Parts: sequence; C-alpha cells; structure tokens
Amino acid sequence: MTESKSNLSLLAYNETLSCVRCGYCLPACPTYETMGSETDSPRGRIQLVKAAAEGKLNDLDSLAMAIDNCLGCRACETACPSGVRYGQIYESAKRLLYAERTPSFFVRFVRTCLLRTVKHKGALKLMGMLLSFMQAIRLPQAVQKVGLDRFLPAPIRTIWPALPKIPHPLALRKESRPIQPPSPGELTVLFFQGCVMDVLYRNANLDSMRLLKAAGIKVIPFQAARCCGALHAHAGDEKSARELAKHNIEALERLELNYRIDYVVNAAGGCGAMLQEYAQLLSDEPEWRERAKRFAAKCVDISYVLLDSGNQVKWRSSADSAQETVQETVTYQPSCHMTHVQKNRSAPLKLIHSVPGIRYVPMENADMCCGSAGIYNFIRYEQSMDILDRKMEALKKSGATTVIATNPGCMLQLELGLKRAHLHDKVKVVHLAEWLAQHVLDLSNRSNRSTSQFENRRNCDE
Amino acid sequence: MKRLTDKELAELEGICGSDRVKWREEDRHSYSFDASFGRHLPDVVVQPLAREEVEEIVRFANRHLIPITPRGRSTSLSGGPLPVKGGIVLDLSRMDGKLKIDTDDLVAVVSPGVTTARLHREAEAHGLMYPPDPSSSSVCTIGGNIAENAGGPRGLKYGVTKDYVLGLEVVMPTGETIRTGGRTIKNVTGYDLTKLIVGSEGTLGIITEAVLRLIPKPPASETLMAVFDDIVDSGRAISSILAAGIVPAKMELMDRACMEAVEQYEPSGLPIHSDALILFELDGHPAAIAEEAEQIIRICERFRARDVRRAKDETEREELWRARKQVSPAIARIKPTKISEDICVPKSKIPEAIERLRKIRDEYKLHLVVFGHAGDGNLHPNILCDQRDKEEMRRVEQAVEAIFRTAIELGGTLSGEHGIGTMKSPFLEWELGPDGIRFMEKIKQAWDPNGIMNPGKIFPRPGQRLVLSDD
Ligand SMILES: Cc1cc2nc3c(=O)[nH]c(=O)nc-3n(C[C@H](O)[C@H](O)[C@H](O)COP(=O)(O)OP(=O)(O)OC[C@H]3O[C@@H](n4cnc5c(N)ncnc54)[C@H](O)[C@@H]3O)c2cc1C
Ligand code: SF4
Ligand code: SF4
Repeated sequence: MTESKSNLSLLAYNETLSCVRCGYCLPACPTYETMGSETDSPRGRIQLVKAAAEGKLNDLDSLAMAIDNCLGCRACETACPSGVRYGQIYESAKRLLYAERTPSFFVRFVRTCLLRTVKHKGALKLMGMLLSFMQAIRLPQAVQKVGLDRFLPAPIRTIWPALPKIPHPLALRKESRPIQPPSPGELTVLFFQGCVMDVLYRNANLDSMRLLKAAGIKVIPFQAARCCGALHAHAGDEKSARELAKHNIEALERLELNYRIDYVVNAAGGCGAMLQEYAQLLSDEPEWRERAKRFAAKCVDISYVLLDSGNQVKWRSSADSAQETVQETVTYQPSCHMTHVQKNRSAPLKLIHSVPGIRYVPMENADMCCGSAGIYNFIRYEQSMDILDRKMEALKKSGATTVIATNPGCMLQLELGLKRAHLHDKVKVVHLAEWLAQHVLDLSNRSNRSTSQFENRRNCDE
Repeated sequence: MKRLTDKELAELEGICGSDRVKWREEDRHSYSFDASFGRHLPDVVVQPLAREEVEEIVRFANRHLIPITPRGRSTSLSGGPLPVKGGIVLDLSRMDGKLKIDTDDLVAVVSPGVTTARLHREAEAHGLMYPPDPSSSSVCTIGGNIAENAGGPRGLKYGVTKDYVLGLEVVMPTGETIRTGGRTIKNVTGYDLTKLIVGSEGTLGIITEAVLRLIPKPPASETLMAVFDDIVDSGRAISSILAAGIVPAKMELMDRACMEAVEQYEPSGLPIHSDALILFELDGHPAAIAEEAEQIIRICERFRARDVRRAKDETEREELWRARKQVSPAIARIKPTKISEDICVPKSKIPEAIERLRKIRDEYKLHLVVFGHAGDGNLHPNILCDQRDKEEMRRVEQAVEAIFRTAIELGGTLSGEHGIGTMKSPFLEWELGPDGIRFMEKIKQAWDPNGIMNPGKIFPRPGQRLVLSDD
C-alpha cells in the first residue's frame, strides 16, 4: 500500500475541474464498454485523479488500478464537448505513479526491455537481429511444438508469433543511400522512421519514402533522430521522453543549417502524435519552449503531405490510367493518436478513396481503440484482448478482406486479433503506405506482392 | 451511517457474484458523483443484471437498514443518484438485456439500463418514434429518464417521459415486485401508480422494466433557424407563434454566450454576433409543415428577426441540431463550474422570464447564459463560475435563489425536467407549501417504512440551505 498525500502540484488538478461530469465521453471509451464500470470510464478516472490531488484517497494503489486500466487512447478527449484535456490528466497520473510506485516484476521487465531498447539505435538493431534470427530458426514454432510456451507469460506467448516477418538487418544496409541536396523550390521533407516501426514494418517506411518521391517531394531519411519517446511518456517516464524530444529537436536544427526542411513526415500515428506533443511536453522549459513548438509544427503524417501537397496527382494519374478492375474490399482502422491527438481523420480516408477499383466499407466503431495502446497489450493482457475481440467482431461484420492501418502497434495487435478470431487467412493487415504503394506504384507486380505477404505470415505462423 | 461488514459484503457477493460487487476505494470514488454538485462515497456498488437479483439486494438492504441509491448513468443534474447516506449504489446501467419493439401494439418493452439513444435507434428502425429526447440521450438510461420524468426539446408537441410510460415493473423498498399499468393507453384500474413512480427520483422503488408507448414516425420534418438582435424579441416571437396555433415539434432558444461556446467547441456557422437564436423543427404532413414554415418566417420577421433560414437538406438539419446538443456541455468551457437550472414558466411569461433572468445576471455580476426548450416555457439558465472562488459562489447561491423566486412568482415551477434531488430541496416548500410536502412524505413513509430507498432526496432537512460546494 502506498500512502496517498495531497498531490496537488504533481497532478493536473486544474484540468480535472473543467470536467462537468456530463458523461458524454462514456460511449466513446473502450474500457467502459468492455468493463462496464464507472471506475473504468474517463469520467471516473478524472474524478479519481481529482480526489488524489486533493489528498482524498487513502491509498495511491486505487488510483493505479484505474489509471493502469486506461488505454490512453484519448477517444474521450474527442468526445468531450467541454474541452477537457484528458491526456494531461492521464499523463500527470502516470508520472506520479511512475515516481511513487514499484510495479510488478513483469511490468518492470517489459518496460526495461522495451523502453530501454528503443532509446538506443544500437540496441534496436540488436533487437531486430535477434528477432530476425529467432524467426529464421523458427524458434516460436519450435517452442510451441515442444509445449514450452506454456511457461511464458500469456502476452509474450501470443504476441511474439504474431510478429511480422522481420527482414535481416544486414540485408537492410544497402537500402540507405547518401542524401542528395534538394534543388531550390522543391518541397523537402525529413522522413522520421521511428524505432519499433523501422524494425517491424520497415517496408511501410520504405514505401512511404517511395510515395513521397513519386509525388515529387524531396525526401531525406531523418537518420539522426531517435525514438519519439511516446512509449516513455505514456509509461510515466517523463525524463526519458524529454531527453529524446530534445535530442530530436536538436537533430532537426542541425540539419536545418544545411537544408530547408518543410516538414518532418512520419508514417506512424502514435509517433506522429508524440512529435506534435513536444510543444506541450517542453512547455515548462523556457529554453526549449519555442524550439519545441517550432519542431512540433513541422511534424505531420504522410497522408497529410500526400494529400496536401497536391502532388499526389502525379502518382494518381498512373493508377487512373491503369483502370483497375481488381475488386478488393477494404476497411480502415484509424490509429487512436492520429485521430484523437493529431486530429487527422480524413486524409487517410481520402487517399484510400482515391484509389480506383476498391470497395471501401466502414467498420463499426472504427474510432475505438483496438487495445494495443503502447505496451497496454503486454501489461493489461486480458483487458486488451476483450477490447480486441470486439474489434474483430466489427471487422468480420464489415466484410473487408484488407484492413488498412497507420501505426505499428495497431498492425501488430490486429494481426494478433485475426489469429484469435481465426480470420488470418481471410483478412490481411497492411499499412496505408504499403497499400497505396502497391496500388499506385507497383501496378504490374501487385498481385504477386500481396500473396507474398500472406506467405510471409504463414512462414512465421506454423 | 453504518458501514457494511465483511459478512454483509459476502452476502451481497452471494447474490451477484464478486465481479459485480465493488467496494474498493477506486470504485467508491467513481460512484460518488453525478453531473451536479457534491461527492458522497457509497460503501459498495452492486451491478445487478436481473430483477431477481434486485429483489434480493433490496430485501437485504431493508433487512439490515442499509441505504440504497439507484443509479443509471449518473447524468442527473439535481443530485438524484448521489449516495448521500452511503450504503449501496445500485448501478442499473448493465441491466440492459431487453429491448423489444412490438409494432402491432406500438409499444417497446425495455430493461432500465437501455440508453435512450438505443431505444430511439431501435424504434426508428421499425418506422416508429419514441419522442422524449433529453440532450443527454446518448448517455442516459431509460430507468433514469423515468425516475426523473425527463423531457427534451420535443416536450412542447409530444410531451415528456410520463406521457409515454404505460406500465412499469418496480421492486418496492421492501423487496416485493409490483406491476403497474399495462400495455394500453387507456387504463383506469385502481390508483395510477405508474404516474406516481415516474419522476419519483428513485425514492419509491427500483424500476426493473418499462412498457413504453411509441408513435408512428412523422412522414416529414423541416428545420428553421431565426436570428434576433434582441433576445426579448425572440421571446415575443415564440409566444406569437404558439398563439397562432402552430405547435412545432421543437422550438429551442440559445443566447449569444451559448452560440459562442458551441462555435468554440465545433465551428458550425452559428451567428455569434446576434443576441439570440431560435431553432424550430416542424414535423407532420409535408404540405402542412410547408405552410407552417411560411407562417413562422412571417411572424419572426414581424418581431425584427435579423435572419430566418430554412435548412435545405438533411445535412444542414443535422448540423443545426448537433449544435444545439452541444450547448450544455460546451458552455462549460467558459468557466470550470457549471450550475444548471431548469425552471419552467407558463408560455405567455417567456419574454418576462428572459428579461428577469438578465436582470439577475447583471445584479449578481455573474456569467449567466440562457438556453432552453422555449416553446414549453422550460428555460435553462446556466451559471458559469469557479468553485474555487468562494466569494463568487456565494453570489451564485443568491442568484439561484432569485431564479427560483422568479419562476414561482411567474406561476411556474422549480424544475421542468431535471428533478429536485439534493439541489432544489431547500426550495421545495416555496412551491408546495408545508402541507404539500407533508402529504408527499406520508406516501414515502407508506412505501418505504425504513427509509432505505434513496434517502436524503427531494424532502429538505430542517433548515437546509443551498450550498454549492463539492465537499
Ligand atoms: C449535458 C446534459 C444534458 C441534459 N439534458 C437533459 C434534457 O434535455 N432533458 C432532461 O430531462 N434532462 C436532461 N439532463 C439530465 C439527465 O440526463 C436526466 O435526468 C436523465 O434522465 C438521467 O438519466 P441517468 O440514466 O443518467 O440517471 P441517473 O442520473 O443515474 O439517475 C437519475 C435519478 O434516477 C434514479 N434512477 C436511475 N435509474 C433508476 C431505476 N432503474 N429505478 C429507479 N430509479 C432510478 C436515480 O436514483 C436518480 O434519482 C441532462 C444532463 C446533462 C449532463
Ligand atoms: S470528460 Fe468531458 S465528456 Fe467526460 S464527463 Fe467530463 S466534461 Fe463530460
Ligand atoms: S483514454 Fe481511452 S481508455 Fe482511457 S479513459 Fe479515455 S477513452 Fe477511455
């Protein structure tokens, strides 16, 4: 039991006062839907933080129970007409709990492995190699076969076989090319590759850069950047988040000495949201405030640039002329942080609609989180699976055979969901950029490519 | 107040299973509030799924003299679901298994936890309509609507919840279940207990099922918007429209501050530089409503409306009504604390009520905004303030008193639809007189001899005053 005292200074108390407890956010909250209790609703959580700030909770663990069950998806923020910034309330609670509480061994293990690894490029590369090696020797399958997997915690047991096929890091080296200085007048963007994204879904990053180039935009991979810090911020490790933010801001500023950079583009909804939130994160450090604001203003999702630059016409016309006849039924699972933090709802949909020869079907409650939520699916495995199973029901109902996503966490979780629902050889998960590239850049070899995706997955399934 | 012992908790778990009996600190805090004021911790939260469970829980509570407070989704604006005496909060929001529409009898049979919006959708899918439409309908429950006799914009033409409740199944405070009314519109067998339970704010028993009347969905509807430079003119226009024999399905008033707040939340093109706006919805036969629309335009112009517009299509219509639904929560952006009042005055007194509300605003120097279901005289003066500012809160308390006095002086009522709860009980006597209260108390006594069912509501404690504090 952790004694609670008045935590006014640490918690976002004033923000909790703007909640009028109207409950308009309840229907938007996935955990309220699945757990059916006000304790697991945004309104309940806000009131708990308020009580904690006023020193009215006897036990900080009770705050922890409710906050740890929260996905941090921020759907409640979009739903709230009173403009309550739940994200700030939530993160203040996370910070307090991070500082005051020793989590369970498993949570510490996941945090250490993940949060530490993603901070360092070298460690990330090592992780990539390790995963790739394990997949090459079919370790997950072997472990399963001899029945050893039952000794693993459920999240690890189920999530690692769902990982996509990871390209061997040595095979990647040839793909990085030296930067060509842009010619004046050309739209120039830095491409932020992210950490996990670049290990697990590197193809999506590569396709993103190809799309940008095809749209006539000069692309420079933002190689000096490190992890965006989202995982750290959401776990309450604000110190690491600040450290990473400052590193990335400085990295951009250094590049800007030589180039004019119009945007920092990313293709991961969660990272993109974090990059934009640097402004908020560093708002209390005078030396960084303005720099962070400037940085944040440059960060945009790839869908936005493709749509906004108007240059998409260049690649679209090629697709139009090919007059697609292949029918494909697709749906879209927006990333929560893209929708609720970046407030980017329509750009991905417009891009999807711009591709001829497809049938788009909306998914019921598409705006609801799939339960991935950073490392939520590791540390709140059962709760996450309840949410995921509902998502799969909605997906099944939609009748789509392709589900398009925009964030690595969502993609991994959706893969896992498909397996749980035995849908994995009927429906495929694909990143928006990969899907677009297949449809507008690789018209000739498209069919090969999508089957090869299924094969890839089967390889690591068996 | 008596705390529940471990043995008593175990007994409750025996009824519902431990998953649906919640007593941890985080649960108690999460069930301590509603959308009004005050926080009161229950000892335990129980989430029944069936009538049999409710009966057992109530019998248990009655046996051990433990207070029991029913709760829907806690959107009440009057303190109804607050467990002011501790004990059990009975969360009925998960009891939502039944929603049967009978198209022959034009009724719906529903469990109490079904949300109003879900009933609307289901009725509409059958070409029918359930008219009561509180702005909170996507959140609130039918049980809560019945217990508060909720209204909404459609009240003017279609009435309020009580006009649609045909029959109820109620678990009495002593644990027996009674069925009131039936499935027919006409029913004069015995006392009309259905009407007594509607609006009883959970003090007379737990509603476990309701038979609700549905009506055929009107074939067409039209939405109009009229903008005024003076809110008092808009009040006069409303009175004249009603006097001309037009009964719009909805006639909603918003003042400038409301429009500004909505625009800030979600720009929808509201005329924020004018003083007041009225939204009309007409429904019925297409030819009839077209003519009524013309008439409304003429009347509004006579009262110096700056602009009158007819929504061209469904999208425009939806946009305008969406803006209206956001008013109540959106004004909360003005200042952190929101006091929502809910007076109702006779139709002819609408302009005078508006004028007097403005005077109150100026006299107490408060941020007071007005919106409401103006057609039926139900106005929602809302005061935006900051509960940390003690001096301001005292002025708010005085202003609230002045608002209630105005309502009563104009021949109106303290509450059109939000209920008395804890928030308005200090003023009950002004409207009912001591004898009025005494006879109501006798009814309560007869139904609930041990006073376990939602104690501390409606009836004032001796000397109770309005205190707007969250502690
Ligand atoms: C933003 C906002 C807008 C609103 N707009 C309107 C409006 O337009 N019109 C309107 O009339 N109201 C409105 N309200 C008030 C509120 O939504 C209604 O009073 C609603 O009926 C409450 O329903 P609930 O399910 O939230 O019940 P709760 O708030 O949980 O409970 C309300 C009362 O009902 C009792 N109760 C609940 N369920 C049962 C049951 N099954 N059996 C017995 N008693 C029960 C409770 O004890 C309590 O006294 C609004 C509220 C908000 C926050
Ligand atoms: S967070 Fe917003 S929507 Fe939710 S209860 Fe509070 S004010 Fe209402
Ligand atoms: S962030 Fe998501 S899970 Fe958390 S309270 Fe808001 S809607 Fe619910």
